[in-house]
Amino acid sequence: MRVPPALLAGAAGLALVLSACTTDAPDDEAAEGAGLSPDEEWFDQEEFDTQLAQRDITPEGDPEQPWLQAIEPEWTDTGEFASDDPGEATVCFSNASVSNPWRVTGFITMEQQVEALQDEGRIGEFRVSDAADDDNQQISDIQAFVDAGDCEAIIISPSTTATLTPAVETACESGVPVIVFDRGVNTDCMVTFIHPIGGYAYGADAAEFLVDELEPGSTVLALRILPGVDVLEHRWAAAQTIFDDSELEVLGFEFTGGDGAQIKDLVSQHLQRGSVDGIWMDAGDGAVAGLEAFEDAGQPYPVIAGEDELSFMRKWDEEDITAIAPVYSNFQWRTPVLAASMILAGEEVPSEWVLPQEPIREEELQDYLERNADMPSLHYAKFGGEDLPGFPEAWTDR
Amino acid sequence: MTPLRTTAASLGSRLGTTGLVYAALVVLLAVSAAFLAARGATLFTTANTVDLFTRSSLLGFLAIGQTLVILCRSLDLSVGHVAALSALVAATTMDGDPSRIVLGATAALVVAGLIGLANGLIVTGLRVNPFIATLGTALIVQGYLDTTFQGPAGSVPEAFQAFGYTRIGPLPVSTLVMLGLAVAAVVFLHRTRMGYHMYAVGGDADVARLSGVRAGVPVVTAHVLCSITAGVAGLLLAARFGTGNPQVYANGYELEAIAAVVLGGTYLLGGRGGVAGTIAGVFVLATLDTVFNVLAVDPFVKDVLRGAVLVAAVAVYARGQQSRAATRVRFPSTGPPAPPPSQPPSPKTAPLGGRR
Amino acid sequence: MTAPASPTPSAPPPAPGADGRRRPPLGALSSMPRGGTATVALILLLIFVVIATQNPSFFEGPPLMGFAKKAAPLVILAVGQYLVIVSGEFDLSVGSLVGAQVVIAARLIDGDEAMTWPVLALMVAFGLVVGLVNGLVTTLLRVPSIITTLGTMLVLFGAVRFWTGGAPTGALSEAFRVPGRDGIENVPFLHQIPWALLIAAAVVVGGVLVMRSPYGRTLMATGDNDTAAAFSGVRVWSVRTLAFMASSLLATLAAVLIGGYAGVTAQVGQGLEFTAITAVVLGGVVLGGGRGTVLAAALGALTVEALFTLFNQLYLPSTIQPAAQGLIIIAAVAYASRRGELRLPGRPRRRPDHPTEHTLGSSRR
Repeated sequence: MRVPPALLAGAAGLALVLSACTTDAPDDEAAEGAGLSPDEEWFDQEEFDTQLAQRDITPEGDPEQPWLQAIEPEWTDTGEFASDDPGEATVCFSNASVSNPWRVTGFITMEQQVEALQDEGRIGEFRVSDAADDDNQQISDIQAFVDAGDCEAIIISPSTTATLTPAVETACESGVPVIVFDRGVNTDCMVTFIHPIGGYAYGADAAEFLVDELEPGSTVLALRILPGVDVLEHRWAAAQTIFDDSELEVLGFEFTGGDGAQIKDLVSQHLQRGSVDGIWMDAGDGAVAGLEAFEDAGQPYPVIAGEDELSFMRKWDEEDITAIAPVYSNFQWRTPVLAASMILAGEEVPSEWVLPQEPIREEELQDYLERNADMPSLHYAKFGGEDLPGFPEAWTDR
Repeated sequence: MTPLRTTAASLGSRLGTTGLVYAALVVLLAVSAAFLAARGATLFTTANTVDLFTRSSLLGFLAIGQTLVILCRSLDLSVGHVAALSALVAATTMDGDPSRIVLGATAALVVAGLIGLANGLIVTGLRVNPFIATLGTALIVQGYLDTTFQGPAGSVPEAFQAFGYTRIGPLPVSTLVMLGLAVAAVVFLHRTRMGYHMYAVGGDADVARLSGVRAGVPVVTAHVLCSITAGVAGLLLAARFGTGNPQVYANGYELEAIAAVVLGGTYLLGGRGGVAGTIAGVFVLATLDTVFNVLAVDPFVKDVLRGAVLVAAVAVYARGQQSRAATRVRFPSTGPPAPPPSQPPSPKTAPLGGRR
Repeated sequence: MTAPASPTPSAPPPAPGADGRRRPPLGALSSMPRGGTATVALILLLIFVVIATQNPSFFEGPPLMGFAKKAAPLVILAVGQYLVIVSGEFDLSVGSLVGAQVVIAARLIDGDEAMTWPVLALMVAFGLVVGLVNGLVTTLLRVPSIITTLGTMLVLFGAVRFWTGGAPTGALSEAFRVPGRDGIENVPFLHQIPWALLIAAAVVVGGVLVMRSPYGRTLMATGDNDTAAAFSGVRVWSVRTLAFMASSLLATLAAVLIGGYAGVTAQVGQGLEFTAITAVVLGGVVLGGGRGTVLAAALGALTVEALFTLFNQLYLPSTIQPAAQGLIIIAAVAYASRRGELRLPGRPRRRPDHPTEHTLGSSRR
């Protein structure tokens, strides 16, 4: 009767000691996995090279309206989809979700763009289904649009690249023009696929900045949101490739779920074990919490790559940190509705509409902070809605 | 004889509740149709009907199995994870090869069944509370999925995708399969010895044991069957996605399935209810979803309404049951009340044959 | 270590308020404060030892205090969850409630220091109302608590996001962040004693005192056997409703600490309900009510946090963590129910007149 606790404790101790004994292996593995070869599943050298090159190409179109610019567009004719009365044409939008601040900001911009176009009589009713991040739900949503039969254009922001492919194909087969944006799908049946340059460019912008700013031999910690999401995996794959060619020492990577408390705790733990000179993030959520870990530990701020989220940019300004804000262009949410109105008018659109994607650097920081002075902290600086009629109330009063 | 009598009795009360659920479904459909008509929309268009049926099939598979488990006074929080795992096993085994469809589907169902077996054995053999046991297996499966798969994997041949997309008139094949499975489950519960035993164990495990039912067997069987239906749900997901996606476990299917079962009038503490009611519960949820979709209700408001409807419906059922039970127990301000004649709140105090 | 003689599953339903009537007085004494406490303390110690072998600097004061700061909210949530679980119910709404409270605080304070106290008062009121609703719906409307609190979880999750348009807005004031972030500075060796640690310690002490009070004994008796409790004059509904209100209040306190610790992010609070339940279970508090101690639950919370820290120190891929969490909770409960069985060598395990089926038949009403 006195055995069980002792037994359990013994077993637990054994397990712990065993796991402790094997630490050498995971240690090496962690160092290797973090620094060197990117996961083949997520790394496409050709696409990587293309995206890095696209950063230096001047996009076609008015620089004042980056959401209408396109990098090396191949124009496609949409005359077959022209509507007799665009002002009465129903546009349907299947949204993956509005479950994070980036998507919330983008969706507000999109709604404002819709209102503007409706007032101009360029599109009619705008119907939205929100799948709340559920792939199966989004497949049903798209099917419902197709079956309803009165959508004259279908806009899709897929929740997962691979799984939404059959549903997008079904939508294409119905003969309605399909516009896909943000994450892609494994088909080219849509009329246009709108996206900023992409994840490789984002990850490379961040990683190159750290390589430039840090002394050789400095330590870098990577904070990632979650595994298995292509846009995020591409960012990390690009960073791995660049860190691999550098003299920096990558301490490892951590999945944080984007949760501030988690980020702060993980960074604090790394700081206890040694110095961290640079932070690479695959998305800026919780960057401020990460910086606070340095404050609370009484250590100097790291060189950090965050995102164009205002909480981070304000902290960057206040504390005069060495930082960069890579941008996954939030203004891309305007483009699909504009594309829909162009298609309904029978105008040409690029078959793959690559939008510009430029990080915000030190010298532009003040400009973007002033422009977004009234915006809430979880707003994205490059939201691109300043010229829309609802500005700024639609974004400030959420 | 006792289990038979118990079962017969609970059968009676179940019919009553099931009738109530279907009446609620009809009322809901009528109100929704009228409400939509008043706002210039139509509920029963082909598109909406198809939508309603499609939404119901996935949830249906999960809820049918969950009903069996809950009838046995257990619970399964792992169905969403099992479905995700089974979809991945199917998609990676088939790997786009039509000749491997049967192999892939079988492998997926076997893996699912094994997890169900583990659940059942942990619950009965190790005597772990089912809430914790299945939460634990769910987390283990999650750890495996996240560590092994970086994103969607495998691919499903065209022929198998038909399971997810073909339909006969407005009725998707998957819904027909789901309804077929529901009928099979009803027959299983009412016509087989094992079915009776499930009601008996859920009604009162000790009474069941005393009457010669080995309590463990029906519970383990229910868990295996539940995981297999979750595996079928995984096959449906694979067919619809064309691949397997590990992240689907994050969609909260398990809680939705439990909600459907409870909405269908099955008593969360076992022994009362049935698959017929569950199907009505599934359709109630699917109807709500379709109506919300037609009205383009904000997704966050959907959560609020879902939560409110769930609690309200269960409160209504509880009231129905309570009217037959003693209400005094809750207000025993004047001395000990008479023992509650029915619906013993705790199995420990259930008198022999106590559950009606 | 002697296994403490805690109430066993197959013991006859004890009379409420007179827990020790059928046992020698010593049994009653030892059953209250211990339960699985010794075991979980031992496990915690072991984990700390392994952490020390990995990272000796962990015990150099500041890192340890950092750990305490991070763990404090979970300890507080575990005490709240303990009160509900020991009364025979579940509270799945705490994760959503923590998220909701942080978002409410950020939106209403909006960086204005003067708003800190009024908003804190409002949060406390809101927390109490949520607990009251959970309690009354569960007890008076007789909705199983899993369903009630699942409903509350959905409603809070959706309502707060609808209110803020999906992503949190506003900012917390500096004063609001003090309890979660700051502490008593310039302490020798430790460097800083976090307020969060003191608050959590106070909550645990408060919890222990409550469980020793007449209310605590009534709560325990209600969880053990609510019918018997009702027979002896316990107002089961009010006892349980108070437990739910305490849980929501403590979740509010945890929200203040978590918001203070790391500020506002959209994901705050997600999944905390299951972590809190894991912590309580790990402390050997049996689901279904009537068993276990506050201290064990709090130690369980520390153990969970220590394990996560250890995984991190070992550079285990974080994707494995859920699997480990799953194994641990199954093992912990299996062990607890096994221990319950072993404790009764002389008595028949199940008697027909007091049928017991704890694993399956935990009363949730």
